[in-house]
Amino acid sequence: MRRRLTAIVVSAGALCLLGLWRPSLATVAAQPSAAPEERYASPLELLLSPDGVRLYVLCQGADEVRVLNAASGRVLRTIAVGHIPRGFSMSADGRRMFVANSWDDTVTVIDTNEGDTESGRVKATWAAGFEPSSVLEDRAGKLLYVADRIGNNIAVLNAATGEEKTTLAAGRGASYLAMSADGSRLYATHVYPNPSSRPEGNRTPPQSEITVIDPIHARVVDRMMAPDIAGMFHVAISRDGRLGVAAEVHPKNLVPLAHVEHGWAFADTLTVFGVEVGRTVEVPLDELDRYYAMPFGVAIAPDKSRIYVTHGGSDCVTVIDTKKLLAYIHGHPEPFAEDLSASGHYVVARVVVGRNPRGLVLSSDGARLYVANRLDDSISVISTRENRVTQTIQLAGPKAVSALRRGEQAFYTAKYAFQGQFGCVNCHIDSTFDGLRWDLEPDGFGKDIVDNRLIEDLVGTEPFKWNGGNPTLGMECGPRTEKYFYRSQSFDDRTLADLVLYIRSLPSRPNRFRAANGELTPAQERGRVLFNRVADKLGQPIPEANRCAYCHSGPKGTSQKSFDVGTGKAVDNSPLFDTPQLMSVALTAPYLHDGSARSLEEIWTVYNPHDRHGRTNDLTKDELNDLIEYLRTR
Amino acid sequence: MRKTVCIGILLMAGAMGLAGQSSSRPVRKVHADTQVQGVPAMPRFRFENFTTANGLPDNHVFSVLVDGDRIWAGTENGLAVYENGTWKTYTTADGLAHRAVLSLALDKRTGDVWAGTMGGLSRVSGGRIDSYTQLNSGLSNDVVYGVSVEGENVWVATAAGACRLNTRTGQWSLYNERNTPMAEIWSYAVSAAPDKVYYAVWGSGLLEYNQKTGVWDKWDDPDGENEMVVLKDQGLIHEITTSVSYIDSVVWVATYFGDSHYDGRHWHNFLTKDSGLPSNFTNTVRGLDRNRAWFGTDRGLAYFDGTNWAVYRPALDTGKPEMTVRDGQGRVTEVPVETAPAHNYILGIDFQGRDLWVATAKGLSHGIYQP
Repeated sequence: MRRRLTAIVVSAGALCLLGLWRPSLATVAAQPSAAPEERYASPLELLLSPDGVRLYVLCQGADEVRVLNAASGRVLRTIAVGHIPRGFSMSADGRRMFVANSWDDTVTVIDTNEGDTESGRVKATWAAGFEPSSVLEDRAGKLLYVADRIGNNIAVLNAATGEEKTTLAAGRGASYLAMSADGSRLYATHVYPNPSSRPEGNRTPPQSEITVIDPIHARVVDRMMAPDIAGMFHVAISRDGRLGVAAEVHPKNLVPLAHVEHGWAFADTLTVFGVEVGRTVEVPLDELDRYYAMPFGVAIAPDKSRIYVTHGGSDCVTVIDTKKLLAYIHGHPEPFAEDLSASGHYVVARVVVGRNPRGLVLSSDGARLYVANRLDDSISVISTRENRVTQTIQLAGPKAVSALRRGEQAFYTAKYAFQGQFGCVNCHIDSTFDGLRWDLEPDGFGKDIVDNRLIEDLVGTEPFKWNGGNPTLGMECGPRTEKYFYRSQSFDDRTLADLVLYIRSLPSRPNRFRAANGELTPAQERGRVLFNRVADKLGQPIPEANRCAYCHSGPKGTSQKSFDVGTGKAVDNSPLFDTPQLMSVALTAPYLHDGSARSLEEIWTVYNPHDRHGRTNDLTKDELNDLIEYLRTR
Repeated sequence: MRKTVCIGILLMAGAMGLAGQSSSRPVRKVHADTQVQGVPAMPRFRFENFTTANGLPDNHVFSVLVDGDRIWAGTENGLAVYENGTWKTYTTADGLAHRAVLSLALDKRTGDVWAGTMGGLSRVSGGRIDSYTQLNSGLSNDVVYGVSVEGENVWVATAAGACRLNTRTGQWSLYNERNTPMAEIWSYAVSAAPDKVYYAVWGSGLLEYNQKTGVWDKWDDPDGENEMVVLKDQGLIHEITTSVSYIDSVVWVATYFGDSHYDGRHWHNFLTKDSGLPSNFTNTVRGLDRNRAWFGTDRGLAYFDGTNWAVYRPALDTGKPEMTVRDGQGRVTEVPVETAPAHNYILGIDFQGRDLWVATAKGLSHGIYQP
């Protein structure tokens, strides 16, 4: 596997001895055994009640919605929701709130009618697809739309009963939703690039889309293509429906990452669309010598005069003058994305806020902007007239910042990279992966292309990198990242240790293809037998090194050794590759070291002509499907 | 071997079709605007035909699908959609699995269109095309003759058996000679409903999948592979099935040797010699309800209203537009018409209200209902 992680010099063993291996409660705490400590709130998203009196804070780390007095910041109520909530919204009439619980695969329905004695109570919990990440009700209150990140779709539920009516195909990693003010259009973004339809897709630019849905009839009516984009986050629509904006990153993964000093890593941009623009355009947020990493939240002022963007990696909010932005778009030739002088035409302020700012919400008059600082457990209140923070609301939680929390902060910040260009999270979105292939090694263009991988549950999968060159996360995240990727200052020893601690704490997400009781379906069971077989269908013994279960052994599906399975290319330095682990393998297409296999099937139908990557050519198509069904349970 | 059999069957079918057409029945002629006493009132259409001359990418049209005001045409050279008076064509450059589009189905829950092609299965959703092939997915074979959508499942008929894609989980389930009573695996068509799914399997009759029990059943020609029809209404008319349409708990089945209707208890078969079917060589059948159906043959388009038949085609001898009506007593009346479908070789049929859309070997026809 490729492990383009951030780095450390302290070995895992040393960390164990230091007793630093407590699982995270502050982040994606999946191990209930770690529950006794108070959890960090980790505010991710914000909402205001229709009257602007109450501020709702989605606390991802605490699995709660906290209701605050928007003026004073005083906590009025705390509502427990599902595990790892990722998005929430209010019904059009303000009487109900919906929370998307990403690891529970549920939507929590909360009564928010303050005149009701039931207010604040959870009224229902509905199943809502695989990894629901945001949720929005249509204006008529009939349909509820849920963006499912793993499902890659938008589930459409009956808003009264929660019954699923259908699912609409969205972009890969569907995550964020926005409704036009008149309720006629719903816009959906996604965090992983869409799969390439071309066989040489591992060397083509990524492409994303904004899925446009008619929410009345539950139909996809358009897909606005966003070429070169691989991570698209929040999208906002102006009140008059004439302007739309989505926050995104623009990776430059087809050129060697060795050229960070030339800006060849990431651009931070917006996709702007709507009648005001007349088309879909990408505009940069960065400056010539300073980058504003991981644009995430976006809001448009009620009078459309300003656009606000949070930067999760740069701890600030960008303020854009809309009129100047439109004048720039209409007055200059495209493309804009590569022009780092462009933002000077329309960015009017950068407001420093807390760590890892994510969701934001404007007061109805546009005078105040609330920003959720996820890794500071705070809310910044910005005066939009003055473009400065006038109040910081600290949320309740652990007073001390643990090593784990510091590690998470190091993971999500871009401050260590040259010019603040990017952080670990750029390639491991929400501590996962990015769906991209990168040219990492300083060995020339197009050599040693490597696919990015998921970084959950890594303990016991060492060594790292596809060539197995880094024996520990410390080596992987330390010298390699800071010296090679970031081209900037080194992590100090403690930061490095904290960072590795955080990465090692990341648990595997629930497997949606495996029954809760662990029982396999008949197809999965047949596949398991094939995975473990020692003789082929002709009765001939399969050499040990050519059995699935030999290289992909153990609970995590890796022998932690390197093999030549015949997948090396002429551009690879060596045909030997570290055996990748199999956890959540169904989610991480494409496959093989260079991402050349677009699906699990292609590993064997296209890239295993001589049975070197396991004995598979004796299998029928049914049996290959069974094998894949089993792999999807890992 | 298969090719030899095919050619033989085609020749035989042709001969049988000719035999059917050479019936010596007297043909009455009536005036176009006259409703003659005793002649059943059958639907009449004004046919407008689309070819490459007016925007269609190819005249070989294998399939047609009505999607509200949009018409999708699966041609030999791309998937065309007709909307607001203009044609747009999707090709392999847009992600289509193959340029020859053999079958089409609409997912009514999402509005997505599924296209079976000679190179895989494609989904068209909001203008984006995702393609599934035997190499990049669990699809059993790239030659997709038929496709049908029911709930969250897409049922597919391929040259190597049947398969089902669960669009929620992404799981593919394959059905073939190893886990169904399918003697042959060359699946031509599929019709899926909440209770049952039917497959027309070339040389293996009709397969039925019970959605509730997950059990497969099979309906064969009681005469076996004998081309003689010994027991006409005792079961399926022939093993070489080409199309199936399941509606109102009734199955309509097309074969190259006549057609069948099964209501769950009784079979009723149709041959040119004892019905208004213009040819036993039937490419497609679409049921309207328990009693009425449309048939696409190599010798024209036919409609059966439960008693009477109507045939719409360019006349076999002159090529002039022709409509004939055959009543329940076998009396055939020619109704003068000014238009006809683009060609007699009918491959696909769909309905737009009371209008028809017909895929033919030489163009796409819009049959505009004439009250």
